[in-house]
Amino acid sequence: MTTKKFMMVNRKAPYGTVYALESLEVVLIAAAFEQDVSLAFLDDGVYQLKKGHQTKGIEMKGFEKTYGALEDYDVTKLYVDQESMAARGLTADDLCVPVEVMSRAELGKMMEEQDVVLSF
Amino acid sequence: MKFSILINEGPYTHQASDSAYQFAKSVLAKGHEIFRIFFYHDGVNNATRLTTPPQDDRNIVNRWSKLAEEHKLDMVVCVAAAQRRGIVDEGEAKRNGKDATNLAPGFRISGLGQLIEAGIQADRMVTFGD
Repeated sequence: MTTKKFMMVNRKAPYGTVYALESLEVVLIAAAFEQDVSLAFLDDGVYQLKKGHQTKGIEMKGFEKTYGALEDYDVTKLYVDQESMAARGLTADDLCVPVEVMSRAELGKMMEEQDVVLSF
Repeated sequence: MKFSILINEGPYTHQASDSAYQFAKSVLAKGHEIFRIFFYHDGVNNATRLTTPPQDDRNIVNRWSKLAEEHKLDMVVCVAAAQRRGIVDEGEAKRNGKDATNLAPGFRISGLGQLIEAGIQADRMVTFGD
């Protein structure tokens, strides 16, 4: 099968909308199709990776653990926008998985290299 | 050029489906090919044939069905998103014990693999939604 570079761009907080959860679904399917998958986190999307999701009060299924399991699917390219983190008072230490922190310009360059960019 | 289209928002609230429709029509008019149109998240609500807008408004669902028939388009609705939102074809009704179906003509229900394949096969994947 043809391998293409897929990037899922995550821009929204984890539980206010369904997009973060669905993005993970697409990531897992793309990995199952043996595609070259990466995830970018920017704007409120950086909150998706913040340690310590507590979802009991909102009666939603938590999915923080899924980010930690991505490695098992050979998905290891996680890129986080430095500016988005800084604007929200976060550093890489606040995140639940190892990531590559990069500037907007670097992130833009990564996007340019992709075959398919899906924004959630 | 070969396009795939991803629609992430439902009809009438959001312009995504309208814009995607205009885009699809233009793509075809210019002689390009559409490999697949994939409906995801609330976008699956574009596929219910029970939609009844006021007479002076556009019928977004029928419009998609007609375009699909005219151009033999492959319009796929994400199964998990459809199940959550009550978009049902005969197979799904049987499997899940539902007493009705509402999938509009020209649409079919399938899995996310169809979205990934659409990305692989097309020269460009164009997303409509936020």
